[in-house]
Amino acid sequence: MVSLSNHDPDSKEVLRQAQDERIKSIFARIESIFAMWTATEDILPHIAIGAGILGTGGGGNPYIGQLRAREAIRKWGPVTVLSPEELPDDARVVCVGGIGAPTVGVEKVRDLQSYHALRAIEDYVGETATALISNEIGGSNSVEPLIAAAKAGLPVVDADGMGRAFPEFQMKTFFVYGVPCCPMSVADEKGNSIIVRDTITPTWAEKLARAATIQMGCVACYAVAPMTSEQVRRTAVPNTLSLARDLGRAVQSARDSGGDPLQAILETCPGRVLFTGKVVDVDRRTTSGFARGSLGIDAWQGSAMTIDFQNENLVARVDGEIVCTVPDLICAVATDTGEPVTTELMRYGLRVAILGFPAPALWTTPEGLAVAGPRAFGYDTDYVPLTV
Amino acid sequence: MFVGVDVGGTNTDAVLMDGRQLAGAAKVPTTADVTTGIAGAVSELLAQTGRRDLVQAVVVGTTHFTNALLERANLSPTAVMRLSLPATELLPPLVEWPDDLKDAIGGHAYMVGGGNEFDGREISPLDRQAVRAAVHDMQTRGVRAVAVNGVFSPVDPAQELETAALVREIAPDLRVCLSHENGRIGLLERENAAALNACLGEIAVSTVQGIEQALEMLGLNVPLFMSQNDGTLMDTSFAVRFPALTISSGPTNSMRGAAWLTGISDGIVVDIGGTSTDVGALVRGFPRESAVAVELAGVRTNFRIPDVESIALGGGSVVTREPWRIGPESVGYRLTDAALVFGGDSLTATDLAVAAGLGQVGDTELVTNLETAMVTQGTAEIQQRVETLIDRMKLSGGDVPVILVGGGSILLGDSLAGASRVMRPSHADVANAIGAAIAQVSGQVERVYSLDNDSREAAIADCTEAAVSRAVAAGADPATVEVVDVEEVPLTYVPSNATRVRVKAVGDIAPTALQR
Repeated sequence: MVSLSNHDPDSKEVLRQAQDERIKSIFARIESIFAMWTATEDILPHIAIGAGILGTGGGGNPYIGQLRAREAIRKWGPVTVLSPEELPDDARVVCVGGIGAPTVGVEKVRDLQSYHALRAIEDYVGETATALISNEIGGSNSVEPLIAAAKAGLPVVDADGMGRAFPEFQMKTFFVYGVPCCPMSVADEKGNSIIVRDTITPTWAEKLARAATIQMGCVACYAVAPMTSEQVRRTAVPNTLSLARDLGRAVQSARDSGGDPLQAILETCPGRVLFTGKVVDVDRRTTSGFARGSLGIDAWQGSAMTIDFQNENLVARVDGEIVCTVPDLICAVATDTGEPVTTELMRYGLRVAILGFPAPALWTTPEGLAVAGPRAFGYDTDYVPLTV
Repeated sequence: MFVGVDVGGTNTDAVLMDGRQLAGAAKVPTTADVTTGIAGAVSELLAQTGRRDLVQAVVVGTTHFTNALLERANLSPTAVMRLSLPATELLPPLVEWPDDLKDAIGGHAYMVGGGNEFDGREISPLDRQAVRAAVHDMQTRGVRAVAVNGVFSPVDPAQELETAALVREIAPDLRVCLSHENGRIGLLERENAAALNACLGEIAVSTVQGIEQALEMLGLNVPLFMSQNDGTLMDTSFAVRFPALTISSGPTNSMRGAAWLTGISDGIVVDIGGTSTDVGALVRGFPRESAVAVELAGVRTNFRIPDVESIALGGGSVVTREPWRIGPESVGYRLTDAALVFGGDSLTATDLAVAAGLGQVGDTELVTNLETAMVTQGTAEIQQRVETLIDRMKLSGGDVPVILVGGGSILLGDSLAGASRVMRPSHADVANAIGAAIAQVSGQVERVYSLDNDSREAAIADCTEAAVSRAVAAGADPATVEVVDVEEVPLTYVPSNATRVRVKAVGDIAPTALQR
């Protein structure tokens, strides 16, 4: 690879590298004591499948993200993954994620925006991150912290702010339970970054960040001011990166051994098959930036399921009766391969199993439901927890 | 009259089309060099029909370039230069290519400052100095072709065009392929398509020359066209610039030929061979295109490959009783030796069909002793598997016409679930060559527009104009060009009203293109 560019490395880079080295060695010591794991290149395809399932129909195309994570790990080495309990008590944990338009992201593919956003927020608050955390395990955002972490030589926390995918920035357990969403940084690939210093609500933070993102060319990343270990342990959905990995691994080994991928999924993550059938109708429209619509699935015995979606699957009904709603997970997978099917790829004739998984406990409290329950999406119905 | 030629894996077929009439057909074994087989088939066709003087053009569909890629043979040393920095650096050109293919073209990748945003603004101005340095470097490395790819070049190709001019200034002999001419949004897929076209350029030139010489030796001094994978054709000057567009033209020609033979433009085509069954959907006479990225020789591309689903079930599928199974094993091309009806000792799907009275091949007497229950169960299962596949490929719930082609089509009865009617056209064995002969010329363009700046109508008009002029440039008669597809996809999460527009225009071959 010959790269011909006029871009000199940041002068602060040398200092940072020394810092990174120190942090690396601290974690190398910790690693020998605890049972953490390492995110290597070969588990990325598993994470892609698992994060696709947890994406509940949305979360974006994982292909580019997976490829970027592979390149980052090849270039800078594998990434240590810590459970929230394994974090040092004085850790500073930065949540990073992508913001922009997925359709633009397939053309101007992301570079190291999440790393730049991390450095921007560190500079602004005058603190150094000790670990990164995913904002959203569902879909392509699952690997964003791995990319920045590989470059920065930091570990990643085995947790995230959703335990699934949601269409909007403010829909994170962190913010529901009192972690401020500001200051946050937004960075592009050119070296531009901004700080959203303070906003009256997380929705405002999203609006302002998005306005900047459009100017930046619609493919940016953000980083939220560091959380404490206590905040992470209290407000993050735990063990979701290993869940994504395990789901993908289970699906893959079922495929390889001729087993049943659906059973492999349910053995890995407790849930149940809500419905199995053939997609007979997909009604899609884009309104105010979201892909909204519904899809119809017919079973063989004359029963029918409909699913409403807004990027992600929101409400599932069988013969008109609601059987599962947000924040519980409604996931479509191909019956024969267990491959997750996003709403973008839904089309007539696909054979799908609709799986339901109970929402993480952080979403089923009154505070959680106020942000991510059926009423938050405009449905005049109460949340009835899925029984497994 | 047009001659259509299909170079398949086993046979090379040639047909002569007199307007809407099939005037003759010939079949010879395919040869390793392609050209000899083509010459053989066309020569036999001319001898058979004696209409040499009336032939206006020859259209060839070939898998030759696909094979070159799969075998990593005769590929030009090729560089890929991306205009993007500081964007996209983490995923350099050729990043997900298989190592052996990357090695076969030399693996020369460059990134320079440049590229555009989705709304046409520049990511960076073009770094001319870096372009020049890269070209000098290519010269020292013996590179003979370069694919140039700017981020969002389909929105604004100016930087790619300027780069091409810079390359020609320094290295006039270097073959240049520009990615914006290779279609759609999707950086890596479009870049890969341009790189494949670049590395196939030299072999395309020699193949086209070889075929032209062979036709001249047969006394055919008429223009040559090549089949594209979207069911349209391109003249030779276009074909040597975009040889990769011939990839997967076989299945497309087969479906187009089936549509022509039956007069059905919307329906399902079921091609049952010896080992597998391919099912595709016809929409307005063209195969429905695959919605997902297509991998070719291990490389993701944006090629317009027909959306075809296959199952391992064909006339030669082996039937076993313990455990009960039909396929995936097949006796394949040995069917006429191995199947029971041909005196062999393998129970095949064809034997079940003959025993059930669905078709008559071989010696019916040899299968009369098969248990009726097994024959009924087996033929029902075969039918049900194909019906499931037909249903998967349909666009909606209603019944549609189903066209059966291929030697294994005797496996199915005349009443299929989901089919409004079942057709078995005669001459289905040369459907591919017919599909080649009847092809029109197309132009397809995809661009992103910000509807804050342009009206929706202006955006579609602009894209349509580009598609029409592309069709005309490819050899279409401007008077016959019509728009066959307009697709408009708003970009999600972009409040500034950005929308992606794709237009495809199709027309008949221009009379000027038929004069040499």
